Amino acid sequence: MKPSRIPFVTLILVLVFFYLPIGFLVLNSFNNSRYASTWTGFSTRWYERLFERTDILAALGNSVKVATGASLASMILGTAAAFALQRYKSRLQDAHKLLVAVPLVLPDILMGMSLLLLFISFGMKLSLLTISIAHVTFCLSYVALVVQARLQDFDFNVVEAARDLGATKVQAFMKVTLPLLAPGILAGGLLAFTLSIDDYVITYFVKGPGSDTLPTLVYSMIKKSKDLPVINALSSLMLIVTFVVVALSQRLTRPAVADSTK
Amino acid sequence: MKRPTRPEVLSTAPSFVWLVMFVLVPVAIIFAIAFRPALPAGGIGEGWSLDAIRALGDPSYPALFARTIFTAAVTTVLCIAASLPVAYAMARLTPVWRSRVLLLVIVPFWTNFVIRVFAWQQILHAQGFVADALRFIGLLGENDRLLGNLGAVVIVSVYTYLPFAILPLFAAAEKFDFGLLDAARDLGAKPLRAFFSVFIPGIRQGVVTAFLVVFIPMLGSYVVPDMVGGTDTQMIGNKIAQRNFTDRNLPEAAALSGALALLVLAPMFLRRKEKTA
Repeated sequence: MKPSRIPFVTLILVLVFFYLPIGFLVLNSFNNSRYASTWTGFSTRWYERLFERTDILAALGNSVKVATGASLASMILGTAAAFALQRYKSRLQDAHKLLVAVPLVLPDILMGMSLLLLFISFGMKLSLLTISIAHVTFCLSYVALVVQARLQDFDFNVVEAARDLGATKVQAFMKVTLPLLAPGILAGGLLAFTLSIDDYVITYFVKGPGSDTLPTLVYSMIKKSKDLPVINALSSLMLIVTFVVVALSQRLTRPAVADSTK
Repeated sequence: MKRPTRPEVLSTAPSFVWLVMFVLVPVAIIFAIAFRPALPAGGIGEGWSLDAIRALGDPSYPALFARTIFTAAVTTVLCIAASLPVAYAMARLTPVWRSRVLLLVIVPFWTNFVIRVFAWQQILHAQGFVADALRFIGLLGENDRLLGNLGAVVIVSVYTYLPFAILPLFAAAEKFDFGLLDAARDLGAKPLRAFFSVFIPGIRQGVVTAFLVVFIPMLGSYVVPDMVGGTDTQMIGNKIAQRNFTDRNLPEAAALSGALALLVLAPMFLRRKEKTA
């Protein structure tokens, strides 16, 4: 019997659906016209304009600062969490597991709102620090998830063997456990970095005046219909960065994928 | 029950304490502040008040909640309906093509969310080429708009959430034994019948996960209705932001958030049952 073509046709339609808006954006970033509806010739003037915008560069700087801090902190916290969850089975870990899962299912707006109320209640000034705290909170769980997936087939006997051979606890961790887990931790860190760079909703709630990140600045530019073609140029550049990061992280996680299909 | 050992406590404490401080306590604060009075100048007053809770009795709120649930439900159903054949097709691809297609699905998912919605805003714009084309073939009246209505909110929401539905369904379909479909056909089932009575029940867990990862975040949706919707497509998220940033009425924003939190918890209890069953 001939297999149905419907699923494959749907797959192709969905991929077209995914890439049409993105392609439209990139195309428009080279459009000389200020308006997206008319093509008036090829131009790179929006890119030139982009690099003159110091506020965009400052927001990008803020985004990178926050994402770097948040991914480093969540790599440490997330790895520790994954390690504890994998190594120990106790009532404490049951509660721990539930806590780690909450940020994954909590809608962004609730996390943003609740953190804003926390910062206000404790009289903390809204700044890059409060943004970073919020970002660490949602990144932590994702890092824990990724590292836990790597730990699933981690052989703790290797660590025992190192200990038997005379390594101290610290040595065993630094020389055996950490190198073996490094790709997973790095993949988790990259995911955290992208999540942090991408976040709008939570950042908007906890940012306070004067500390825009790239998404919050872009959002207000869109709302005020200000320099929309510049946003196209900016988006196209960000797309390239995304492609590179996704490809890089696929490379890092490939061994894990290959193992699971064995 | 034995007490946790020192290494267990040491490795558990960092994330545990962090999450208690920045997830559990803040969520508890939402419920506490909902019972505080609002200061006229904005901010939270001293003492306790039921004003914010009473404000939820406003007749406009049932419609807001109904619209939120309706929009979330329609988006979820459309996402799952589109993802089922996609997951099926992906699972039947050769491993090389499968990972290529997977990459193609993941990239838009990792593209900045605000930017993806912005792209749609331009596409659906009143002077955009889609509107022009629809007007040309007479499907759109001279003064009709593609933006600012429920259709725009649903299309763009489906666009942003579709990868969330495809990924768990694909993960489940990958483990599905396609021999079962051949068996069903040998026993006389038509392809469509086999798809609905064998394939979908076979990836049931994936369907439940897809439902939860689309429906729950959709309940808290804010950016999409704000950017491509209108005043009559507002969702709870928009109202929370409005009470918070425009009216500076934090207790009422907190009361709304608390109500949303309870709404979100309901489908999660559903999953709990699913797991124990």
